Amino acid sequence: MKSYPMLDFKKFTLDNGLRVIYHEDRSTPLVCMNILYDVGARDEDADRTGFAHLFEHLMFGGSVHIPSYDEPLQRVGGENNAFTSNDITNYYLTVPTANLETAFWLESDRMLSLAFSEKSFEVQRNVVIEEFKQRYLNQPYGDIWLLIRPMVYKTHPYLWDTIGKEISHIAEAKMEDVKAFFKKFYCPNNAIMVLAGNASLEQVQHLSEKWFGPIPKGPDNKRNLPVEPEQKEFRSLTVERDVPFNSIYKTYHMCSRKDKEFYTVDLLSDILSDGNSSRLYNELVMNKKMFSELNAYADDSMDKGMFVVSGKVQNGISLEAAEQAIETELEKLKNEKVEEKELKKVQNKVEATLEFSEMNIMNKALNFAVAELLGDANSVNKESEKYLAVTTEQVKEQANKIFRKENCSTLYYLAKK
Amino acid sequence: MSMIIDRKISPQINDITKAEIIRASETKLKNGIPVYYINAGTQDLVKIELLFPAGMWQQSSPLVGSAASAMLQQGTSKKSSKEIAEMVDYYGAFLDTSITQDFATVGIYSLNKHLASVLPVVEELISDSVFSQNEWDVYLGNKKQSFIVNNQKMSFVSQKKFSELLFGNNHPYGHNVSEKDYEQLKKEEAYGFYKRAYTSTDTVIVASGNVTDVTLKLIEKHFGGLTPTLSKGEGAPLPSVSGVKGGVHYIEKKDALQSAIRMGKMLFTKSHPDYHAMLVLNTIFGGYFGSRLMANIREDKGYTYGIGSGMVSFSHGGYFTISTEVGTEVTKDAVKEIYFELNKLQTEKVSDSELSLVRNYMLGTFLRSIDGPFALADRFKGIHFSGLDYDYYERYVETIHTISPERLMELANKYWKKEEVIELVVGKK
Repeated sequence: MKSYPMLDFKKFTLDNGLRVIYHEDRSTPLVCMNILYDVGARDEDADRTGFAHLFEHLMFGGSVHIPSYDEPLQRVGGENNAFTSNDITNYYLTVPTANLETAFWLESDRMLSLAFSEKSFEVQRNVVIEEFKQRYLNQPYGDIWLLIRPMVYKTHPYLWDTIGKEISHIAEAKMEDVKAFFKKFYCPNNAIMVLAGNASLEQVQHLSEKWFGPIPKGPDNKRNLPVEPEQKEFRSLTVERDVPFNSIYKTYHMCSRKDKEFYTVDLLSDILSDGNSSRLYNELVMNKKMFSELNAYADDSMDKGMFVVSGKVQNGISLEAAEQAIETELEKLKNEKVEEKELKKVQNKVEATLEFSEMNIMNKALNFAVAELLGDANSVNKESEKYLAVTTEQVKEQANKIFRKENCSTLYYLAKK
Repeated sequence: MSMIIDRKISPQINDITKAEIIRASETKLKNGIPVYYINAGTQDLVKIELLFPAGMWQQSSPLVGSAASAMLQQGTSKKSSKEIAEMVDYYGAFLDTSITQDFATVGIYSLNKHLASVLPVVEELISDSVFSQNEWDVYLGNKKQSFIVNNQKMSFVSQKKFSELLFGNNHPYGHNVSEKDYEQLKKEEAYGFYKRAYTSTDTVIVASGNVTDVTLKLIEKHFGGLTPTLSKGEGAPLPSVSGVKGGVHYIEKKDALQSAIRMGKMLFTKSHPDYHAMLVLNTIFGGYFGSRLMANIREDKGYTYGIGSGMVSFSHGGYFTISTEVGTEVTKDAVKEIYFELNKLQTEKVSDSELSLVRNYMLGTFLRSIDGPFALADRFKGIHFSGLDYDYYERYVETIHTISPERLMELANKYWKKEEVIELVVGKK
């Protein structure tokens, strides 16, 4: 069982619904402020995708009382960034303790209201279009998620990537859409704020009330997303691209981050492909030499996610043989329980990874924010325990549940001859 | 509770308290290998790195250093690659073997409770790796494949070509790796290199985290018995730099949606007296999110997802570089704007307001860069391999506080002469 000290925290909620979590760490001269907005690409309209991510860019284009977000933060020695996923949009900064109030000033003003500058809107649309090209179109294998998602999901909005379905959705975005999006999602009751680092509880309470307290509460967002129906038949897609090697992506539906089975499924992916002692690497890369790279990956999404096994096939190996070899490995996990020692190995690794991640105030702050979103900030202290409780029977059970042909969508990504 | 606040007025800006850097302590193993250690942090874990003179600088031919480093994880006379990986993984540890331009690292990250179990593996792979044929074939084949994939990425191609333009193809920092180098790479050569370089007297150990007497005793136990052989001065004579001076260079990629642009020129290493001042100038120009390049080329024009510049310093040479990827249709305009910003710093003094912002930003960044044991270990390595002492950081903070706009303009003129700037475009003009 976990023998490490718990991460202490205090939680309070402002009258406007903003949840605040405070974690003290006096070993650093900095404080991290992490604000998670409960909105992601899954909350977009199907004909206006890429919006949550575009919006993240606009959050840096000045707020109602402060023309520039970055400049004042840099002026006090701060640094910041943000990311958007299918589930959430997360903003984080670190600032030297002496200038903590500047962080409250900046973040509260952009939660209150943005400047909605036309110039910033124009420019950020272009920036995001360049990002689309740089990361998804102008890279070998860059477009795989744009192909896989709509094959795996037919109704749930995970069917598009955070960057959006296509460039035109971004190019055609309108200012009125931006304003409506802000009103709906960027309000205190839709956010979780974490302060982690060298600050006192009194300071955090006082500054939270002072700067965030006056922001009016927004609408209640009841999320009502379509549920993805169970997949009943094998799906596949074959594309040819100008890449050097054939590759294969086998994607299966799995549970969500919120389900208790998540920990088992996560360990299942580790057994398959975490490190050089993993099954796929040893059998198919090292021994049979069928793949140059082979990975298994379990989503940690809030709704039911994807379990992906992906590999680059060696020249001279047929795609059929390569696929068959992957399936053989997956079958083994369905038919035989893994050894206790093999399970213990991946559990130990997760335990260490969690411990290493707690060295850093930004990691800790994000972990608290996500845990609170999932329903309980204190669950950061129970993660290790949940992984350690997984049994070899449960691993086998999940393998049988997930690795079924009718639950699978396969992308064959071929090198143009 | 509601207070009247004026949101237009920023809270008071406080000076960033003097950053206290925790220095490494030094001890020596009985074989003479120095151990530098930093006891800091809140978690009961440790990182131990063994640093060998086995990087690109020392390697006898291209790719030999990285191949030797990778093969360390591929089996000893007693354990297969799988058994090594299994032992490391079982104890939840992370093993990292990698190289830089100037040295090779064998690093282990471990919870203290498992350290005694994982260090024997590290000892074994340093002293008894065998480079068996099967593992070598797999390594080389896969490495070549991933090289071929990377070679389709414009940022990768432009980085390689740019290093070649700076240092010359025969220089260890400048060699432009091609598929042919993979074909010519010999196992025997990599093994010979491993035997020489991984037992050098120049080996250094750096430990950081919760480093206790127990940790130091374990380090002595496992690495105090390595027998260093003299290797100083071995190898070829110092390579000469044969890069180009300025000029426009172009690699065409049909069907490109974006062009990768790299510009810059040879400068100097960290030990040069103007290095710190150039870091300030570089920050203003392209070294942070609010830099001139970002403000103009991303935030005003929207040409790119990102643009930046940097000062790169290896042990035996350093350069200044600008890099970005832009839509092909604006390639020329982007290059023009980069020169515009260079010229502006040569002809107009930086305002006090901008300079004070950059001073504070850099001080904050410095504070972040010494936060936590692993960061502190990196700062130690940052000076040790350039033959510098901790006063390097004191002088750095001093320069940030005191540099003047006049001095910055003088430096921009001295080191950024347009005719000396190398301009490389990969993609479409």
